[in-house]
Amino acid sequence: MALQPMLEKWSGQVSTVTIGATKSEGSRREAVKIGGELSLPFLFPEGNVPNKPVVAVEIWDTAPADWPQELKKDYAEVLSDPLAWAQKCVKELKAKVLCIRLQGAHPDFENKSADQEAKLIHELLKRVDVPLIILGSGDDTKDNLILPVCAEAAKGERCLIGEAVQDNYKTLTASVLADGHNIIAQSPIDINIAKQLNILISDMGLPLERIVINPTIGALGYGLEYAYSIMERARLAAFSGDKTIASPFICFVGQESWRAKEAKATSLEFPSWGPQAQRGIIWEIITATALIQAGADILVMRHPEAVEKINKYIDNLMTGASA
Amino acid sequence: MFVIGELINGMYQNIGRAIKEKNKKEIQKCALQQIEAGADCLDVNCGPASRDPVSDMQWLIETIQEVADKPLALDSSKPKVIESGLKVIKNKAVINSTTADAEKLEALVPLAKEYNAKLIGITISAKGIPQNKDQRLELAAAIVATCEEKGFPIADLYLDPIVLPVNVAQAQMKDILESIHEFKIIYEPPPKTIVGLSNVSQGTCVRNLVNRTFLTMALAYGLDAAILDPLDKDLMDALITAELILNKNIYCDSYLEAYRKK
Repeated sequence: MALQPMLEKWSGQVSTVTIGATKSEGSRREAVKIGGELSLPFLFPEGNVPNKPVVAVEIWDTAPADWPQELKKDYAEVLSDPLAWAQKCVKELKAKVLCIRLQGAHPDFENKSADQEAKLIHELLKRVDVPLIILGSGDDTKDNLILPVCAEAAKGERCLIGEAVQDNYKTLTASVLADGHNIIAQSPIDINIAKQLNILISDMGLPLERIVINPTIGALGYGLEYAYSIMERARLAAFSGDKTIASPFICFVGQESWRAKEAKATSLEFPSWGPQAQRGIIWEIITATALIQAGADILVMRHPEAVEKINKYIDNLMTGASA
Repeated sequence: MFVIGELINGMYQNIGRAIKEKNKKEIQKCALQQIEAGADCLDVNCGPASRDPVSDMQWLIETIQEVADKPLALDSSKPKVIESGLKVIKNKAVINSTTADAEKLEALVPLAKEYNAKLIGITISAKGIPQNKDQRLELAAAIVATCEEKGFPIADLYLDPIVLPVNVAQAQMKDILESIHEFKIIYEPPPKTIVGLSNVSQGTCVRNLVNRTFLTMALAYGLDAAILDPLDKDLMDALITAELILNKNIYCDSYLEAYRKK
């Protein structure tokens, strides 16, 4: 007798978020759609995955001093020129989305002004044809000054801007709403806060379809499975019909992977761990593959080789998807 | 939980009058208020005073369908009235209800199948109201057996243990709650369970409190659906909180609002 596979039936769907203004809206950018899943990752017989996960390559507005040598190597000549860096990512790494972190605005870094950052965003949008993710410096007070000005400089380009947190979401939500962007809602590996923040933001009038959740992840060996379980639980709720938690996920894979001891420690310190040059790349790849299986929609990554491998991995996984 | 709003019933003065005067606005207002308050389905009952329930049922359904696309529960003890409703319904339908009597089952199970409707089966028969859990289970088994025999999907069957007023049948309350749990182990896939909630508080002086206390207890026994007054906000809040405690929804500080946003 032929074996009948047990298929789960779902009633809900992850919301679809469009990043980047479309050509019909007068932009020359290739907009990217994320989310829209009808089933747990890649279980195509149960439901389609209409938009494939996308890798966003991370760049900074200032040369990142503490990145490991292996990571800086490929970007050496562009690290202190964000515009050249961006162009390199698009041309050589074929990046479909860029994620710019305005670290230079942080008071402990270069304390760049809102005008400086807005000018950079303006230039960046002129130089590259891909949609932008714009991240603040991580300092709430400063970000509330720079992000609204950057959002205005990018008005109509439908960027993804972050990050809103439970204690600081109103300023960013208001400017994202005013200038037609999407927002990243960050919660500290906490599903209850993720849901609450989505409600708070949508109560201000921003539709749930313009929110992307950053669930906060850990790299392999640093809480990866915890992040995985949170993402899976949110997805199960979303497929059961809870719209308030049915947002696509953005995962900062590069940031977390290259913080791991295994990525940074030299071969002299740990000869048995193998060549350091490969370890960080492997850490970034493995962390990304696991999170894709958890439901990640955007993976923000750093190393060119890891980006290339993950793009291939995604294409392989998507072979079962219906068009 | 599947919430069936009970307020469109000719037994209530405003609805009885609206049916008599063919006042669509009054019916539609009542439908929309219940949906706004969280009803997933609306019960439709012409009431005992209706002189022509066959056409009143059709008028009510057509009136509601003009403004709402939620499922409707056609509530009548007469199969003929239910059939008249099924003929005009465009929304999803629930048949409310059959008893365990062969005559009723013979008429209503095939209708439910033909119209792809859900079916409420009340565990009473011509012999009267069951006096304990075993009698309830026996009647439930008879309803399930007929549905199975006629090829009606058991997952679309809602078994009602028949809730009695607490001041009339206090000794039966625990049996009623346990029946909710045991109905579910009669068949695989399990039938659903339902109660007509307001009956539990008939004649008591604190009706709302009795209603919501019984509902939360019934939910803990695995209740799937209830016919109730969704405009009772405390009742709906208790329902949402009970489901939260049963891990049906993810907690967040605004969980009441989140449930209503669904």
